Amino acid sequence: MTDEPTTAPAQAPAPPASNQQPARRPDGRRLRQLRTAIVLPLVAVVVAFLVGSIFVYAADLIANKGALDLGKPLAAYKALIAGSLLGFGPIVDTLVAATPLVFGGLAVALGFKAGLFNIGVQGQLLMGVTASVAVGVALANQPVFIAAPLAFIAGTLAGMAMGFVPGFLKAVSGAHEVVTTIMLNYIALNILAAMVSGPLRVPKAPAPITFDVGHGALPIFLGSTGHIGIILAAIAAGVVWWVLYRTTLGFEIRTAGLNPDAARYAGMRPRRLIILTMSLSGGLAGMAGANELLGVTHKTTTSFATNVGFDSIAVALLARSNPLAVIPAALLLGAMRAGASQMQIQARIPRELVDVLQAVILLVVVALPVIIRDLGGRGARAVPAEAQTITASYAGETVRS
Amino acid sequence: MDQFLYSIPILGLVFQIVGYLIAILPTTAPIILRAATPLGFGALCGVLCERSGVANIGIEGTMLTAAFTGWVIGIASVAVLGPMAPGPLGITPALVIGLIAALLSAVLISLLHAWLSISLRTDQIISGTIINIAAFGITGYLNNVIAAASPTSAGQFGKIEPPEELTSLPFVGWIFETILNQGPITIALIVCAITLQILLFRSRWGLRTRAVGEHPKAVETVGIDVIRLRYKNVLIGGVFAGLGGAFLSMELSNSFQAGGTAGRGFIALAAMIVGRWTPIGALGAALLFSLFLSIGQTITFAPPSGQLGEIVAALPAQVFSALPYLVTIIVLAGLIGRSTPPAADGKPYEREATA
Repeated sequence: MTDEPTTAPAQAPAPPASNQQPARRPDGRRLRQLRTAIVLPLVAVVVAFLVGSIFVYAADLIANKGALDLGKPLAAYKALIAGSLLGFGPIVDTLVAATPLVFGGLAVALGFKAGLFNIGVQGQLLMGVTASVAVGVALANQPVFIAAPLAFIAGTLAGMAMGFVPGFLKAVSGAHEVVTTIMLNYIALNILAAMVSGPLRVPKAPAPITFDVGHGALPIFLGSTGHIGIILAAIAAGVVWWVLYRTTLGFEIRTAGLNPDAARYAGMRPRRLIILTMSLSGGLAGMAGANELLGVTHKTTTSFATNVGFDSIAVALLARSNPLAVIPAALLLGAMRAGASQMQIQARIPRELVDVLQAVILLVVVALPVIIRDLGGRGARAVPAEAQTITASYAGETVRS
Repeated sequence: MDQFLYSIPILGLVFQIVGYLIAILPTTAPIILRAATPLGFGALCGVLCERSGVANIGIEGTMLTAAFTGWVIGIASVAVLGPMAPGPLGITPALVIGLIAALLSAVLISLLHAWLSISLRTDQIISGTIINIAAFGITGYLNNVIAAASPTSAGQFGKIEPPEELTSLPFVGWIFETILNQGPITIALIVCAITLQILLFRSRWGLRTRAVGEHPKAVETVGIDVIRLRYKNVLIGGVFAGLGGAFLSMELSNSFQAGGTAGRGFIALAAMIVGRWTPIGALGAALLFSLFLSIGQTITFAPPSGQLGEIVAALPAQVFSALPYLVTIIVLAGLIGRSTPPAADGKPYEREATA
């Protein structure tokens, strides 16, 4: 609360109190939101580094048979930061690592906004990989401005198709997307493997692998690895924000997420929205796959090694489902991914430490505001409506249309 | 008439499929039950949590933690107590200590989920997701650290070998073989599922649990502590998930792999839904899943003969490894209209203000 409200009534006596209150509220709320948006992640990162130190010590104790190096965590974090932020190369590495997380984070966040939990980003991403490698290889000798966009679009469409399935199943039969998308992750894994060991396989290759996508690759514009997907991801975040907050469709998605009954009474069609949102979410996940294949690996074996699909959930939670906040969240996790190898080489700390840090950050971001709320006793009713909706239709409450 | 004629080859194919199933069932049945054990325990955990109104998608992480803890504490016990000759069923003190530690760790993780979702009333799906991410990260990291020291594991639980006279009985011998030629955790699953089924539908605790999952306000008005009952059931559910995890690193194998649960906790959730939130149904669904899992595995190295064999040979192998997941989706989508979750499932409970 600033001084202003207290001085204002003194100058202009007897304004009705009820008029004042609503005028002041937005400022206070925005300030509080800003504070949570900046301070909370910072606190979370600090706590994560502290908790991470315990794990570093544990590793050190086991590796050195009891001899403890007190400066070890500092050395590990130094290497982590050096590998992700210090210098042009590391920064490009961070951007490249963050890019798929932006697409994936947007996919999950969009679902959250509609009250849907898309854990199927991994599978939709793999379909994006499959389709973009197929089209990319087919167009490998065409000009870049034809091959690359078409391959990227193919990946997006394949992801959309994969997202459509759980949306359709939920709308028609009420099968919960948490379960169906996970099953589809395994099915996607097998589709990719079948395609790479079948029609996409390089003839006579000792192990199944595809051809290089050649001109289908996303052009590089930054250093030696910074591909154009970085820009596409930033644009995607802007577009998703615009759709959610500036279009009728976005309004419907958010309303259906907050209160499906209200949405239905207002004449919206929740079933149609579920199918549409899951398809769009799948499309974003497909972009993450196309981005990884066309921008980074350029070809694939039967298993496409990535953890982006699951890290995306962490990104969306960190960003509290805000499409624009997805960018800094993805940068944070991307930086940790990019720095992890440096940490492993220089400080000899397993790169999985990053997974631990990520989990602690998430735990703090989710739990701390609730703990503070409970301590402050500011009304026990403050379960965020947005978060509540994710489980509102858990496990098969049939959607009425 | 035309249609009828067309249906004959399909009918023949159906007979061939059934014939193939009957042919492979006796030999694969023990494997099916073994593969269903972690799924079944995970699903029992899910049934218990969700019947009391707490959605738990952190089963995967809970099982992973238990598998890891059991393995590590087993190793530590061997290091402290020194190696010992295994007794009956491969049991050593180290193995037992490991199992207890595994169950305790699972209960601890469940306590975290209960605290986050019951006391703090955070979104239960998010709470479960955090548990999964944390368990994956922490076990992966520590596994990397510990495995580098190439430790001696505490071994694994052996099988109860049923008497020859029982398993060689005509027609029914393979059933005894399936149920009894198993380790203690697998046999415990069958006992637990039946016991839980009876308790859930025939005891006072069961009635209260189901009521808390359907209409917590009503339960509170008759003086039952909703929060406490939910805590209790989530923690007991943790024991089941812990058994499922311990099975992986202490009965199925004697080692731990990073991410070794490989999605079993999620398949357990599907089994719970397909089994309509009942213990026996969940066990049946887990068995159905692992039936298709082992068909997918068997069919590649012991392919059926005849027309069916030709079709199988023409399809890519991945079709069969995707089979159990495909079947789960189809069953889920087909059944769901008739499979209703507890009404208060996933909804945080708030006491009415008393003041």
